[in-house]
Amino acid sequence: MSTDASALDVARIQADFPILKRLVNGKRLVYLDSASSAQKPVQVLDAMDRIYRESYANVHRGVYTIAEEATAAFEAGRAKVARFVGAAESREIVFTRNATEAINLVAYSWARANLHEGDVIVLSYLEHHANVVPWHILRQERGVEIRWIPLTSDQRLDLTDLDRLLDGASLLAITAMSNVTGTIVDVPHLVRAARAAGAHVLVDACQAVPQMPVDVQAWGADFIAFSSHKLLGPAGIGALWAKAELLEEMPPFMGGGEMIRDVTTEGFSTNDIPWKFEAGTPAIVEAVGFGAGVDYLEAIGMDAVRAHERALTEYTLGALADRFGDNLTVYGPAGADDRGGVISFLFDDIHAHDVSQVVDEEGVCVRAGHHCAKPLMRVLGVPATTRASFGVYNDRADADALVEALAKAESFFSI
Amino acid sequence: MSGLQDLYREIILDHYRAPRNRGELPVPPARMVEGFNPLCGDEVVLYLEVEDGVVTDVKTGGQGCSISQASTSMMSAAIKGKPVEEARTLIRAFKALMSIHESKLEGADETDLADELAGVQLGDLEALQGVVKFPVRIKCATLAWNVLQQGLDEAETEPSSG
Repeated sequence: MSTDASALDVARIQADFPILKRLVNGKRLVYLDSASSAQKPVQVLDAMDRIYRESYANVHRGVYTIAEEATAAFEAGRAKVARFVGAAESREIVFTRNATEAINLVAYSWARANLHEGDVIVLSYLEHHANVVPWHILRQERGVEIRWIPLTSDQRLDLTDLDRLLDGASLLAITAMSNVTGTIVDVPHLVRAARAAGAHVLVDACQAVPQMPVDVQAWGADFIAFSSHKLLGPAGIGALWAKAELLEEMPPFMGGGEMIRDVTTEGFSTNDIPWKFEAGTPAIVEAVGFGAGVDYLEAIGMDAVRAHERALTEYTLGALADRFGDNLTVYGPAGADDRGGVISFLFDDIHAHDVSQVVDEEGVCVRAGHHCAKPLMRVLGVPATTRASFGVYNDRADADALVEALAKAESFFSI
Repeated sequence: MSGLQDLYREIILDHYRAPRNRGELPVPPARMVEGFNPLCGDEVVLYLEVEDGVVTDVKTGGQGCSISQASTSMMSAAIKGKPVEEARTLIRAFKALMSIHESKLEGADETDLADELAGVQLGDLEALQGVVKFPVRIKCATLAWNVLQQGLDEAETEPSSG
């Protein structure tokens, strides 16, 4: 069995990404920040451009030809996204501005209708601020209790006390893959445990959906949030998946056009799902781009994407260890089996910002900072890490470029 | 690495590797002020002893990138033993140095900037001017100076009991 990076024809994929042809500081662009936001293939750019040039109009309003075309393209984008994650119906996909708004939708609609003082929400130390702060706000407003699933020494979830943590909980809100350590979380196992405790489950799938096959039916959670811009699509649109019955029960999130059936001077009635949650003119062209992004990944096949991420991560971990040994500390699970294509590290005593600045001189884009995960940073005991993350367009040459650029940083800052 | 060499001048790396005035002072009579750069987690801790309008002693702590820590070190060396008014002039001059780019964008009167810088001896601090070319790093360089300003303001409004 081969798990080589050649699971994908990366050279052909690279040709689809116009930005990869540019130079930075005279060097080939080596983009290693896809966990933050992915680059866009020409198929996405063309799909969006075509709508603007040929069929642009507002959706769900006009009866003229291009309005019908725009509406059909917008809803086709939703159908593609629904199919990509295995949703039973398109109407189970609510378009939001991003994954953060999808989580906030659950916090403002479902949680405020169902959670009260003393109710318990369970989070983990791996969470991105997007899956922490909405619950802090709810705690301030409602007096709910937040419990935290701790981590093992290699930044996996420590599930020793899971049953106790979930005892009496109303909601488990958990990431499927850490954006810092790449830790892959066993979502079905956690969902079963949460169900047994009578808790609902929200999954922050921002990192998981672009990197591995995700089937919402197999996960069995209640809510799943993800964004387009990490899925090769445009920024400005994300999605919340939930079962239709659950969305039907939930009160609207924001009020305005599109989300209503009728409005009188006395009040209003709401539209059907998913539009009930989509007040105002939506990100029309972005929905088309979202669909084109998942089309692109679907054509590659998500099993192949996962094999590629796994192989490239394994190769890079090996190359970093060979070259820098103990001078470079990688966080997260050892090996690539239980981690996505995300590698966060400390390098000598060089601050992440300095590392990032020096490797940029070599055209290498890595992220430096706390990665919007300060509770995790406190556990790691560092203010910031440097993070390299991979997309379908990265290959071993990119990993080698990272290693060479880090070697330059090391000599630059050496005493 | 010409761009980088502008940012990381040798004098900056020297202050980063061998920071001046590291340590703590007893509080009181000194006062302790600290500041954070939430973007990257830079932390600057400053112990200031102000007597009769003079910064008689200063010690620094904290952690962060080379720019934030070198700027802290250079700042401490520049203000130690200087009158508070001189330290305040340095703060204004340093911030002017760091905001050249922004001022131009905002169309501000550049003569104001020239006024701030006129006649102020920045010395080693001028090495930090290369930071201006890297806008996201400006906050790293100015952090220590904001902490100093806060410390001097506090010293003025609530003079130390010592």
